Amino acid sequence: MTVSREASGGDTDLVGGAQAPSAGSRPASAKTSQKRRPRHWGEIAIFVGPALLVFSAFVILPVVLAGYVSFFNWDGGGDLGNFVGFDNYTRVLDDGVFISSMKNNAFIVVMSLVIQGPFALGIALLMNRKLRFRAGFRTMIFVPYVLSEVVAGAMWRLILDQRGILNSLMIQWGIFDTPADAIGWLSDQKLVMWVMIFVLTWKYVGLAIILFLAGLQGVPEDLLEAAQIDGASWWQVQRRITIPLLGPTIRVWMFLSIIGSIQLFDMARLLTNNGAPFDTTFTMAMFVIDRAVTGRQYGYATAAAVILFAISLTAALLFMRFVMRRDNETAEKGAV
Amino acid sequence: MTAIDTRTESGSAPGRKKKLSDVGAAAYFVAILAAGFSIVPVLYIMYSAFRTNGQLSASPAGLPDPFVWSNYSQVLGDSAFWQMMFASTIIALATTIGVVFLGVMAAYPLARYKFPGREGLYTYFTAGLLFPITVAALPLYLILLELKLPGTPWGLVLPQVAFQLPVTIVILRPFVQAIPRELEEAAAIDGAGRVQFFFKILLRLTTPALVTVGVLAFVGSWNAYLLPLLVVQGSDWTTLPLGVARFQSDHSQDTALILAFLSLAMLPAILFFTMMERKIVSGLSGAVKG
Repeated sequence: MTVSREASGGDTDLVGGAQAPSAGSRPASAKTSQKRRPRHWGEIAIFVGPALLVFSAFVILPVVLAGYVSFFNWDGGGDLGNFVGFDNYTRVLDDGVFISSMKNNAFIVVMSLVIQGPFALGIALLMNRKLRFRAGFRTMIFVPYVLSEVVAGAMWRLILDQRGILNSLMIQWGIFDTPADAIGWLSDQKLVMWVMIFVLTWKYVGLAIILFLAGLQGVPEDLLEAAQIDGASWWQVQRRITIPLLGPTIRVWMFLSIIGSIQLFDMARLLTNNGAPFDTTFTMAMFVIDRAVTGRQYGYATAAAVILFAISLTAALLFMRFVMRRDNETAEKGAV
Repeated sequence: MTAIDTRTESGSAPGRKKKLSDVGAAAYFVAILAAGFSIVPVLYIMYSAFRTNGQLSASPAGLPDPFVWSNYSQVLGDSAFWQMMFASTIIALATTIGVVFLGVMAAYPLARYKFPGREGLYTYFTAGLLFPITVAALPLYLILLELKLPGTPWGLVLPQVAFQLPVTIVILRPFVQAIPRELEEAAAIDGAGRVQFFFKILLRLTTPALVTVGVLAFVGSWNAYLLPLLVVQGSDWTTLPLGVARFQSDHSQDTALILAFLSLAMLPAILFFTMMERKIVSGLSGAVKG
């Protein structure tokens, strides 16, 4: 059952489905119902209509509106206030807090890829065999991902607080004398970002492992056996066969990870108590919500949101244009 | 990209049998390590909620001795907790049902009908993958105000369904495409139109995929924070994640009580997922037989 391969194969044409299907997806789409004349508009409307309506009203329309609202000095009330042109945008891009939150997001993107990717790949490759309790391991590894970001943030806050569980433990072990001497995991400006990366790794590395394990199901076993019979070592088999075949899955995970890191909000807000200390851990999404909810600067916040969107979109398009395409070719070569 | 000669690398030139068993032992070691890393903090939170604040500060890593039920019973005796639990459940279920139905209905023509503009329509849906909820959140609130929906479950369900549709359609489309044409032709010979084919064959064959997107939608809704914060904060439909954030600031001195609240808030998601995971696996094997 190569479901995951099918799925990831389909994912390669996230935008502009006109590309050739990648290795592993069946070329069934191109040949369906060639003989039928398109006399089924009614059916199509009934099937697609409801989804189209809901999606347009609650996703597309708000995004379009966001572009419009960001040109106004809107303070959250019923009317949008004065038209201020690009003034909101120039002020956001001059705002030191926004710039530093942009850097924070960039740091989170890179660290998530660099730390979670190799870890998850190594674990998935090692676990890709007949293990006893495999399903149990899989479930446990996936638990952090299933928890809400809010719960995870609150939980780690309890553990990492100045007077939290970790510091009490360290005092008990005699590493520190009082909470005041202990490490401020969440209050030390140099540390807090790394602590956040750690918690993010804890929460999301499971998703990468599960995705990779699912992708590995699609790697034909006889191929690996043949290579082993030819005398290839375990590592050579992984390097030359398994990892290249896992290409599409790795790519999709990277894509999801990058987009998720750029849009990080819930957990960062709970873990750091809204960006403390001194906005050190502000992310762009936190900036948007903070300026809207506490500052009541809705136009300003929406302009920041549009910039956040532009950054996500650029990152996504660049990734698909360069990484995904090149990976595609290598994956196809590797699959031959 | 040169091939690695393992015999020079590993030094002792072990036989292949030994090598494989080495990897086997490493696999168990790594699996246990990864599972432990994931689960230990969660278990710690759950069992520490059976202790008092005094016990917690005296020895943070200790086991409950004696077991204290008061934290859990205090949370479970709180009607506000049950109201949030109820709201979260209803909203997550409604979101799941909505996403699965609308998603599979939309995926069917997008995968199996030939009509001009099909790829454009698919791209239109997938573009939604790139729209973060943060961008839409504030204007979305304006739209919901127009429709008088803030503070109601619909105000949360409809946008959540909408935002979950892109990923659902992206996942379902290849599954629907993968159904062999022979089946469709056989159904046509038996006199079933494509609408009957959809209900009689397609829904059954794509069940595992439907379960997958359903689980994603349910967990996504159960865990949502930003949209509820704007739409239902402070209303009768306040969901659990909002409650967690509130509870933590309200009872910041009462660690043991927060632990109990957190444990109870995460339990349903974990149980639901564990149950569903088996279903996904059995669904997959069922699809092979299908």
